[in-house]
Amino acid sequence: MVATDIHRAIDAVWRIESAKIIASVARMVRDVGLAEELAQDALVAALEHWPEAGVPDNPGAWLMATAKHRAIDRLRRRQLHERKEEELTRELEDQLTMAAPDLEADIEDDVGDDLLRLVFTACHPVLSEEARVALTLRLLGGLTTDEIARAYLVPEPTIAQRIVRAKRTLAAARVPFEVPRADELAARLSSVLEVIYLIFNEGYSATAGSEWMRPQLAEEALRLGRIVAELVPMEPEVQGLVALMEIQASRIGARIGPGGEPVLLLEQNRAQWDRVLIRRGLAALARAEALSGAHDGLGPYSLQAAIAAYHARARVPEDTDWAGIAALYDALAQVAPSPVVELNRAVAVSMAFGPAAGLELVDAISSEPQLKNYHLLPSVRGDLLAKLGRCSDAQAEFMRAAALTRNTRERELLLDRAASCVQQ
Amino acid sequence: MKFLVIVKADKDSEAGIMPSKELLTAMGNYNEQLVKAGVMLAGEGLHPTSKGKRVRFSGTRRTVIDGPFAETKELIAGFWIWQVRSMEEAVEWLKRAPFDGGAEVEIRPVFEAEDFGAEFTPELRAQEERHRVQAELNKSKVQ
Repeated sequence: MVATDIHRAIDAVWRIESAKIIASVARMVRDVGLAEELAQDALVAALEHWPEAGVPDNPGAWLMATAKHRAIDRLRRRQLHERKEEELTRELEDQLTMAAPDLEADIEDDVGDDLLRLVFTACHPVLSEEARVALTLRLLGGLTTDEIARAYLVPEPTIAQRIVRAKRTLAAARVPFEVPRADELAARLSSVLEVIYLIFNEGYSATAGSEWMRPQLAEEALRLGRIVAELVPMEPEVQGLVALMEIQASRIGARIGPGGEPVLLLEQNRAQWDRVLIRRGLAALARAEALSGAHDGLGPYSLQAAIAAYHARARVPEDTDWAGIAALYDALAQVAPSPVVELNRAVAVSMAFGPAAGLELVDAISSEPQLKNYHLLPSVRGDLLAKLGRCSDAQAEFMRAAALTRNTRERELLLDRAASCVQQ
Repeated sequence: MKFLVIVKADKDSEAGIMPSKELLTAMGNYNEQLVKAGVMLAGEGLHPTSKGKRVRFSGTRRTVIDGPFAETKELIAGFWIWQVRSMEEAVEWLKRAPFDGGAEVEIRPVFEAEDFGAEFTPELRAQEERHRVQAELNKSKVQ
């Protein structure tokens, strides 16, 4: 192998193994920042050693053992004068030598627990949202600061600093490296899910920039979601989030037209939807539903997934079960009330029960400050008014929407609609 | 990135001989690792080609050919679909599979939307911005 090939191979191994290594070492040294440094040291050792000696048969185990030995060295140095901790070190060392040759399944389980601790630590509420996202991509995704910076279109030092500060915050707050207790679990888990969905949305609906990183971020979030779903398989909302992401991701290929233009959900060529991802999404949704018992017990992610699933199941847009979707938006509005959810509910209701029923709901939220500059509000209202034959009202709404949108193509469309509505 | 990982047939798989219990267990453990890492999207084993058929196309004629088929090494006994970040990562995962005896397993990248060169136009960016605003709005309340 040429040197660059070896480096790429090391890179791949690192991506597969780094989270597990950091997690295992963090359990030893009880410090995520230090654990990452030690894991990085092992990577550097591999970069020095492997190009000459060749990539070992089990590169993951090599990296893990190297990082753990460095951790022991560090602990030994740090605790040289304290006999008690000396014993602890020896104990750790014994554990390591004992555990090395056999019981691979047990080690895997331990790694799973450590990984879960790492997930909860990286997404700890003591950190800002930005810090949680950066730390999660770095520690769990194995992305370099440069890759994260390019994905988020910020200078690399910004991300590097964010990560350093996050690690410091964790240390200063003495955040324990553990899975939260039962009474905290729900809140802490929702922070984890939020971080994953933020990453997904950045990839799925990001503004601009290094294109190749966009689907990669969505994929990264999906992968993290799948991993967490395996770590806590009994949590319905984790399954719900995975279901939502799988189904949304199934449409990635159909969301862009041949000229690069965006294609809205109802206009997408459904033959281009990724059936493998849809199948996975529906399976995850079924698990979420089974775990939460009944439909009305579903959380916000599962409800959104269930809505996405109605679209996924409809072979043609005309087959869409809008009454079913309206009912789900109703449930979503109750567990996670928001004007945007209300607006979506209004659209579903109008599709199911006619424009008048939808208009009533839209009018109820038309003075929401959160929707003040949201062009979809007048756009939806205009559409409903046009369907009801109230043309001059509809025209005014379309004009308002056209003035609010920043999208030229959409502005043209709205102005067209304003012009084409003929007074009856 | 998605990859199709193609497991080739051999004399045993073509004869319909099931793998040993050891191999099945090892393969089960391997699949579990793939699932836990969020890598495996799908994977199936196939019946021997004696149960398969081929359709040959020539002009408007369609000829159905019954299995089994020759060229054992070119036949497929099973496949996975993986989602990983690079070909190198796929190779690294495949190296960990419990195959032996000269087996050759092939990795092929699956075409994705971006492979078709869909450039992002300014309009699209604007549109995406709109979605983003909506996502922001959603985010502020939904979670």
